[in-house]
Amino acid sequence: MAVSAAFFYLFSAIAIASAVMVIASRNPVHSVLFLILTFFNAAGLFLLLGAEFLAMILVVVYVGAVAVLFLFVVMMLDIDFAELREGILQYAPFGMVVGLILFTELALVVGAWGLAPEITQVIAAPAPSAAAQVSNTEALGQILYTRYIYFFQMAGLVLLVAMIGAIVLTLRHKEGVKRQSISEQNARTPATAVEVRKVKPGQGI
Amino acid sequence: MSNILATADATAALPEIFLAVAAMALLMLGVFTDRNRTDLVNTLSLAALAVTAALVIFTSDGGVARSFSDSFIVDGFARFMKMLVLFGSAVAIILSSNFLKTERLDKFEYPVLVLLATVGMMTMISANDLIALYMGLELQSLALYVVAAFNRDSARSSEAGLKYFVLGALSSGMLLYGASLIYGFSGSVAYADIARAATSGEVGLGLMFGLVFLIAGLAFKISAVPFHMWTPDVYEGSPTPVTAFFAAAPKVAAMAVFVRVMHDGFAGAVAEWRQVIVFISIASMVLGAFAAIGQDNIKRLLAYSSIGHMGYALVGLAAGTQSGVRGVAIYMAIYMAMTLGAFACVIYMRRRGTAVERISDLAGLARNDQVMAFVLAMLMLSLAGIPPLAGFFAKYFVFLAAIEANMYTLAVIGVLASVVSAFYYLRVVKVIYFDEPADEFDAAPFEVRLIAVAAGILALGMVLVLEQLNIAANAAAASLFL
Repeated sequence: MAVSAAFFYLFSAIAIASAVMVIASRNPVHSVLFLILTFFNAAGLFLLLGAEFLAMILVVVYVGAVAVLFLFVVMMLDIDFAELREGILQYAPFGMVVGLILFTELALVVGAWGLAPEITQVIAAPAPSAAAQVSNTEALGQILYTRYIYFFQMAGLVLLVAMIGAIVLTLRHKEGVKRQSISEQNARTPATAVEVRKVKPGQGI
Repeated sequence: MSNILATADATAALPEIFLAVAAMALLMLGVFTDRNRTDLVNTLSLAALAVTAALVIFTSDGGVARSFSDSFIVDGFARFMKMLVLFGSAVAIILSSNFLKTERLDKFEYPVLVLLATVGMMTMISANDLIALYMGLELQSLALYVVAAFNRDSARSSEAGLKYFVLGALSSGMLLYGASLIYGFSGSVAYADIARAATSGEVGLGLMFGLVFLIAGLAFKISAVPFHMWTPDVYEGSPTPVTAFFAAAPKVAAMAVFVRVMHDGFAGAVAEWRQVIVFISIASMVLGAFAAIGQDNIKRLLAYSSIGHMGYALVGLAAGTQSGVRGVAIYMAIYMAMTLGAFACVIYMRRRGTAVERISDLAGLARNDQVMAFVLAMLMLSLAGIPPLAGFFAKYFVFLAAIEANMYTLAVIGVLASVVSAFYYLRVVKVIYFDEPADEFDAAPFEVRLIAVAAGILALGMVLVLEQLNIAANAAAASLFL
C-alpha cells in the first residue's frame, strides 16, 4: 500500500510540475515535451487506479499522435511565442479568477455526485465482477468484438472514408518530382554509372 | 458471450456487408492498377449495386430480420427504401461517368465514395438504435462532403464542400446532443426502449428536448426549413452529377430514418412530435414555393424545389398514420425518379463544351431538340403536381393521409403552396416552348438522354404502374406498424 501511495505522490507531483512548465517554459518545443511528460504521468495515475486500458490509450493517442502533431505544428509554424506571452502577468489575476470558478464548479459537481437507483438496471454491458479476474482491456475486448462488432466496423468504414477523402482532395501528382528508387539504385553497375572521357590538357569537357 | 456467431448474427446485414467489401475491393483495384481504370471501376460499381439489390430482395423471407443484438433491423419498409437508395446511387453513377470525364474529374475514388455513401444510407435505413443511426449518418455524410468538393480546383465546388461540411458537423452535433439527452432520460439507445419511456401524455421535459434536437439534426439532412440554408449553395457549387446524387438517394435515406425514428422510437408520443413536424413541413412548403421564384440558375431552382418537396413528404409523416407512411414512401419514390430525370436534363445542358446552368439557356429548346424539350416539360409539370402526371399522385397520397388524420389546415396550406410553386415550374416550360431559341446544345451522351427520357415516360405513365407502387408502399408502411 505504501508503495502505491508513494507512486501516487510521485506521479501527481511530476504531473503538476510539468503541467506548470508547459505554460512557463520559454521555448515552445520544451512546452510540448513537458506536455508529453504530463501525459505519461497521468497514464501512470490511471495504472495505479487499475485502468490499464485508459493508461495505454492515453499514451498511444495523446503521446503518440496528438503531442507529436503539436510538435510538428510548433516546429513548422513560424510563431513568435515570446511575443504572444507578453503581458501574461497583466492577465494573471483574471486567469486565476476563471480557474477558481472552474475549480469550484468541479468541486460542486464531484461533491453532489449521485446516481439514480434505477440506473443499475439499464446498464447495457455491466463490467465483470472483480471475482471473475478479467482485466478491463479484456472486458472491453469481449464486448467490442461481439456485442458491438457492428459499431466497431462502421467506425472503421467512417475512418476509411475520411482517409480516402483526405487523399482525393489533397494529393497532387506533380510532374518532374525526383523520387528515390532503391531497386534502380541497386541495379546500377559501373557500366551504367560511370562514363570515362579522355580530356585533352587545357581544354576541359 | 464468447461465441461471436451467437451474438453477432450478420445474415440480415448481408447486402451491406457485400457492398462495403465490394467498395473496398474496387478501391484496391483502382489503387493498384497503373492505368486510369475509372471506367472499369464505374462499371463494376454498378454491378456491385445490382448484386446488392438482388441480395436485398432474395436474402429476406419477407418478414422482419434483426441482427447485431437488435441494432440492425430489416423489414418491408427497409427493403423498399433500400431499393430506392440503390437505384438512386446507380443512376447517379451512370450520369456522372461522361460528365466527370469531360470535366477531367474522372477519378476512380468517385464511384468508391458513392458506394460507401450508399452503405451508410442502407445502414441508416436499417438502424434500430441511436448509435447505429449516427454511425450510418456519419458514413453517408462524410462521403458526401468529399464528393461535394470533388472538383477541388473550382472555388465554388470547394466552397460547397466546406459549407456542407461545417453545417453538417453542426447538425451532427445537434443530433448527438439530442440523442444523448434521449439516452439520459430514457435509459437506452434502442428505439424499442425509448418508445417505452416516451408514452404519450407523460413525455418528460428532458426527453422532449432531446426529441426536438434529434428532429433538428434530421431536418438538416433532408434540408427542411429552417435547416435548409446550405442546400442552394451546395447544389449550385457541386459538380452537376454530384448534385443529382445529393438530391436523390441521401434524401430518401434521411427521410426513411426520420420516419423510422418517429414511428418506432416515439410511437407513443405522436402528439408531441407532430407539432414540430407540422411546423417544418409548412415552412418548407412555403419557402420552397416562394424562394424559387426569383432564381435564374436551374440548379438553385431545383434546390428550392427539393426543399419544397421535402415539406410535402413531411405532410405524410405529420399525419402519423400508416397511410401517412405509405404516402411518404410513394412520394419519395416518385420524387427521386423525377429529380434524377430533371438533373439528367441539366447535365444535358452543354454548349460548345462547357456546362450552362441558367434557365434562360433553355430558351426555345422545343425548336432545337423536341424530345428533350418535351421530357423536361413533362418532368417540370410532374414536379409541379399537375394531373395525370406522376407528381400529382405523390401529392395526392400525402394530402389524403393528412385529411384522414383530420389535419385540414396542413393539407390546405400544402395545396396552396403547390399552386404557388406551379408558377416557376410553368415558367421553365414557357421558356422552353415560347421564347426565342438560343443556340443548340451539344449532343448529349446516350445514357443521359436515356435516363431523362425514361424519367419522362415514368412521369407520363405513372398511372399505369400506380397500383403496383401502391401495393409495395402499403406493404412497406404496414411493416412499421406491426
